[in-house]
Amino acid sequence: MSYNFNFSVIWRQFDVILEALALGLVLAAISLVVGTLIGLVCGYAFRTNSRVLKGLVWTYVEFIRNVPLLLLIFFCYFGLPAIGIRVFDKYESFVITLSVYAGAYLTEVFRAGLTSVPERYVEAARAIGLKPWQTQLYVVLPLTFRIVLPSLSNNFISLFKDTSLAAAIAIPELTFTARQINANTFRVMEAWLTASLLYLAVCYLIAIVLRRVEKRYSVIK
Amino acid sequence: MERTFLGEFLKARERLFEGFLTTIEISSLVIVIGLAAGVIGGLLLVYGPKPVRFLMRVYVDVLRGIPILVLILFSYYGLALIGLNISAFTAGVVALAGFCSAHMSETFRGAIDSIPAGQTEAAKAIGLTFRQRFVYVLLPQAARRIVPPAINTAVEMVKGTTLLSVIGVLEILLATQQAIARNYMVIEFYATAMAFYFVLNFSLSRVGAYFERRFGFIKY
Amino acid sequence: MSASPSVSPRAEPARELLVARGVHKSFGDTKVLKGIDLTVTEGEVVALIGASGSGKTTFLRCINLLEEFEQGSITVDGDPVGYADRNGTRRRISETRLAAQRARIGMVFQSFNLFPHMTAAENVMLGLVKVKGMAKAEARSIAEHWLDRVGLAERRDHHPFQLSGGQQQRVAIARAVAMEPRLILFDEVTSALDPELVSEVLGVMKDLAKSGMTMIVVSHEMLFVRDVATHVVFLDSGRIVEEGEPHALFRNPSSDRLRGFLGRFTDIIGDITTR
Repeated sequence: MSYNFNFSVIWRQFDVILEALALGLVLAAISLVVGTLIGLVCGYAFRTNSRVLKGLVWTYVEFIRNVPLLLLIFFCYFGLPAIGIRVFDKYESFVITLSVYAGAYLTEVFRAGLTSVPERYVEAARAIGLKPWQTQLYVVLPLTFRIVLPSLSNNFISLFKDTSLAAAIAIPELTFTARQINANTFRVMEAWLTASLLYLAVCYLIAIVLRRVEKRYSVIK
Repeated sequence: MERTFLGEFLKARERLFEGFLTTIEISSLVIVIGLAAGVIGGLLLVYGPKPVRFLMRVYVDVLRGIPILVLILFSYYGLALIGLNISAFTAGVVALAGFCSAHMSETFRGAIDSIPAGQTEAAKAIGLTFRQRFVYVLLPQAARRIVPPAINTAVEMVKGTTLLSVIGVLEILLATQQAIARNYMVIEFYATAMAFYFVLNFSLSRVGAYFERRFGFIKY
Repeated sequence: MSASPSVSPRAEPARELLVARGVHKSFGDTKVLKGIDLTVTEGEVVALIGASGSGKTTFLRCINLLEEFEQGSITVDGDPVGYADRNGTRRRISETRLAAQRARIGMVFQSFNLFPHMTAAENVMLGLVKVKGMAKAEARSIAEHWLDRVGLAERRDHHPFQLSGGQQQRVAIARAVAMEPRLILFDEVTSALDPELVSEVLGVMKDLAKSGMTMIVVSHEMLFVRDVATHVVFLDSGRIVEEGEPHALFRNPSSDRLRGFLGRFTDIIGDITTR
């Protein structure tokens, strides 16, 4: 049993492949940003004294962490229109799902991050007369972001890998494209090796870049 | 005649139950194989000769760096290509078990590495052989450190079974979708599926938390 | 007044329990041991002293091969540790033989290294059951005997995290002694202890010395060294510079380096500048 590798099908479609890769990165990036906003708000919820608020956030987080992402994607794309929410196309639907998904994990990241900002900085800010919201905006948040930078990087890489599930609702990112090429040309190994290598390479590159950024900005606690 | 969710659910219950069993079957297989291979892999990563450690490192990093769905599809199309006439179920289990074992190997390696070197030295000093040191001193301590990450990985594997629906394996998600295709009760059936996964995974986490509390008194 | 060796009515000369010849060791490019020769006879309490980096701990760890050494030999009770000479080539012995050798050498560590998942009694029993093949019941009574001897009878079913540092170290000593080793190595066993816990451990070591156990002790506790050791060895930069009887050595060090080293301890052992 020998296999004749023929990567020409790959090179011919390389622009499509790269576009698909870029799409995945964009989807991941948007979800990270929106997820960060959700995670921040929910992270702050844990610093309030409201049992109700903390309970709601806890329910959200536990629910998302225990339910499969694919199921969430289908629920959002197929389920919501069935109860009248028809505004989303598949891209919007996916980004919303992935953002909500990211938000749950990032809630824990920011909850921990906000708590680990040393009290003395808040006290110093108060002492120079900053109002509470100013203290949060100019002192706590910048420090929090530096503290959680490594977690944010890891989450981004995970989210990028999770964009492969967009293939299930026919979004033309890398996994979907690889499957197309596989189906059209029967070049199984070439298609999937390329997809695998591209995912590996991109994740590795992101990790290296983010590590540089971390070195520059991250606080060593 | 008014169709109710309960009515439709009862109609679909056989298929759904079949899906439920398949999900449990896949999860159990994957977690057990992953654990066993993970222990071996972890040992190789810590105690193996340099070339073996390098190969294991590559194996772990590759399997963890590729999205699970890609692994599953690669396995499904690739294994058929090399002449192995295996079912979608087997291909899926192979891919998931590979992923699980990569995670477990890394977890186990981390657990062993985190045991202070002094433990091995003290065990050596009283004359224990390598096997004895591992079984009586290192393994009991590593086991306690493994529980939280292993439970996380187990939960990820249960969630990962849904991806096998993409290659046609009749687990809960696919069974749910088939039921929906017949009765159009989209929200109800998806919600039921979500509830099921939530209960299953949440229970898994609670069991893990119990074990952590019971045996986690090891402090240095 | 030095500690007296075991009260043995035998007339034969005490046997040599440790013979180290020409031990050399490097960590990468750094030569840490530059030819150590040492003989320890039965019942002696030998103290290894010196500045950090002098090689005393490294040499101690070579004795039971926790550190490999490239040149030389260390023979414990007639059995060369770790390496055998086969037709002129120096070869590493098997793991099984090494384990058996280590079972005859006890060691107590600076950071205690008790097994946290076992009780104090179980810590002491492990070697007895798994290495010496004793039945559990017999091992348990031996363990309880030694825990009692170190003053921890009521703590035998406690886990290490429930014990203070001094108590943990005493369990560690019981663990080593219970194996009935030929000699016991002590690696700065009080350095990690809070000051008020040091004396309880030194007390146990003193009793052990009195009972005739052969001990090799790396320590900074100069009072203990002076009063309990039968022989003091001063190391500097990987070599033995001076050795001798503790009181004589401390009162009259011959080398400048030893004098300088002892000068740091004047408030403990008194001014040692020679008259």
